[in-house]
Amino acid sequence: MSVLVFAENWDGNFKKLSFELVSYAAKVAEMTGTTATALSIGQVSDDELKKLGNYGAKKIISLKSDLLKNLDSQAYTAAIAEIAQNEGAKIIVLANNNMGKSIAPRLSVRLKAAIGSGTNKLPQSIDPFVVYRKVYSGNAFAHVKLNSEIKILTLMQNSFDPVETANEASIEEREVSIDGALVKTQVKDVQKQTGKLLLTDAEIVVSGGRGMKSPDNWGPLVELADLLGAATACSRPVSDEGWRPHEEHTGQTGKIVAPNLYIAVGISGATQHLAGVSASKYIVAINSDKDAPIFEAAQYGIVGDAAKILPQLVNAVKEVKAK
Amino acid sequence: MKILVCISNVPDTTTKVKFTDNNTKLDSTGVQWVINPWDELALTRALELKDNPASGVKGVTVAHVGPASSEPTIRKALAIGADDAIRVNFEPTEAYQVATQLAEVIKNEPFDIILCGIESSDYNGSTVGSMLAEFLNAPSVSAVSGLNVENGEATITRDIDGGKETVSVQKPFVAIVQKGIAKEPRIAAMRGIMQARTKQIKVVEPVGVSPLTELIEFEPPKPRAKCIFVDAENPKQLIELLQNEAKVI
Ligand SMILES: Cc1cc2nc3c(=O)[nH]c(=O)nc-3n(C[C@H](O)[C@H](O)[C@H](O)COP(=O)(O)OP(=O)(O)OC[C@H]3O[C@@H](n4cnc5c(N)ncnc54)[C@H](O)[C@@H]3O)c2cc1C
Repeated sequence: MSVLVFAENWDGNFKKLSFELVSYAAKVAEMTGTTATALSIGQVSDDELKKLGNYGAKKIISLKSDLLKNLDSQAYTAAIAEIAQNEGAKIIVLANNNMGKSIAPRLSVRLKAAIGSGTNKLPQSIDPFVVYRKVYSGNAFAHVKLNSEIKILTLMQNSFDPVETANEASIEEREVSIDGALVKTQVKDVQKQTGKLLLTDAEIVVSGGRGMKSPDNWGPLVELADLLGAATACSRPVSDEGWRPHEEHTGQTGKIVAPNLYIAVGISGATQHLAGVSASKYIVAINSDKDAPIFEAAQYGIVGDAAKILPQLVNAVKEVKAK
Repeated sequence: MKILVCISNVPDTTTKVKFTDNNTKLDSTGVQWVINPWDELALTRALELKDNPASGVKGVTVAHVGPASSEPTIRKALAIGADDAIRVNFEPTEAYQVATQLAEVIKNEPFDIILCGIESSDYNGSTVGSMLAEFLNAPSVSAVSGLNVENGEATITRDIDGGKETVSVQKPFVAIVQKGIAKEPRIAAMRGIMQARTKQIKVVEPVGVSPLTELIEFEPPKPRAKCIFVDAENPKQLIELLQNEAKVI
């Protein structure tokens, strides 16, 4: 018995999300009286793999098969299911990101395992096994009981703090019995954003809405984001109008983010926008309309003209930084 | 070549969500039911492809698992332009059941491309599409933001963390679609609404499937603390609060 956690890598490196997952799995393992085993797929060095041990994995399994070079949902599902079965894993943890969402439901069918998707907390109880998750796009939460022998959990990014522990983990390179005919996805082309902080990874996000008035007014918002080490985002009409790139669109139909701080500038706070940002720890709103619904979701607010306020915030951050 | 679009019937995205029966059921008083936004975009893209003779797409069917009361939503999909519809007469309580029923439909009537939305705006599970593909032993591509079909060959754009990939995949496949798949949802025109009245909704009986999960209760979100306002003449104070009180910068 064990808790198996799938730790995705990015060009051979892990990131905070990987450590959140492993720490979460280690905690769930502790709750169920077992240990966490981390699974890595791809070319990852032993030094990098060892890092998973620092967050509580007792064993690290590494699959380096060429057949798993690109994400093919069937091949990945077969590989993870095989390891889960060999390890006798009763709980499997994945990230609730693009990768996790494309595999976890398939694993659920293959292993007849109930899935608690997009949870942001530790299980509420182990027997019965009850998880807590967001529903109705953040307008409610649900307590859901998982009734199968094997259980799958997908964890929201930035919802569990990584915990470093002194721990020696063993690393095992393994082979799985997948067959080339299983791989039905061919990757033709990859376009990566480079050198930019990913919106979903950011701990601070500065976001602009239609109240920014024009695509030419973004200078101080971007400067504020740079000074704070933040990613930039926007509301849907802003990306629809082409003022900002589509990758920045947050909300129900765009990216769902949960940073520590979300600064909404000139955003009214429509339910569909809040659906993507309501899990943020702090929301700050800057809006000229004191009755804008965004103020109901915000902890801090300024009623005023964004064009005037942003440059002053930039200066204030510069002053603080200079100290 | 035929496309199947799986549609879910969900409360309008502006619905004030309330519960009844000790917080175990959505209070549906006054709720407007709509096609799940992503499914509506999927349908729009399927119809755009069918409109282009070079695609080779000849038919677009919608499938829904739900009781007769969701037929207005299916009619809406027909009015937007789907050729016909299949409804599995079953009230599911979770995704595993939905995927089981859809898989039965497709085993009896094969499709080349199956489109599902990335999530339903009510349960937010992001699971039906991939579960369905696993039941069918077919490949699935998730986070699809672009789909092109030429002479029956599909090219797919999918989002990866920090970028995009262009992929091709063997048919039949399930594409789980999100933003970008179509610009604006297609709206039903008067003619479409008239035509929809005579289009067929085939009702099929469900297969038996027990759920793997069980809802214990819903919980309304906790009210947030009241917003603290900073004077617009002194925005510097906001930075101080974020630094010293919230400790987030
Ligand atoms: C199915 C569906 C899905 C959707 N999904 C999303 C989604 O994912 N994300 C999303 O964002 N939206 C989404 N929407 C759209 C959403 O309903 C809103 O229309 C949108 O969020 C509004 O964007 P906004 O706040 O930038 O613009 P507006 O609503 O126009 O608000 C602009 C705000 O700026 C303020 N303002 C004006 N001038 C100034 C100034 N000088 N200084 C400061 N403030 C100023 C105004 O008071 C106003 O509050 C969706 C809608 C539907 C129907």
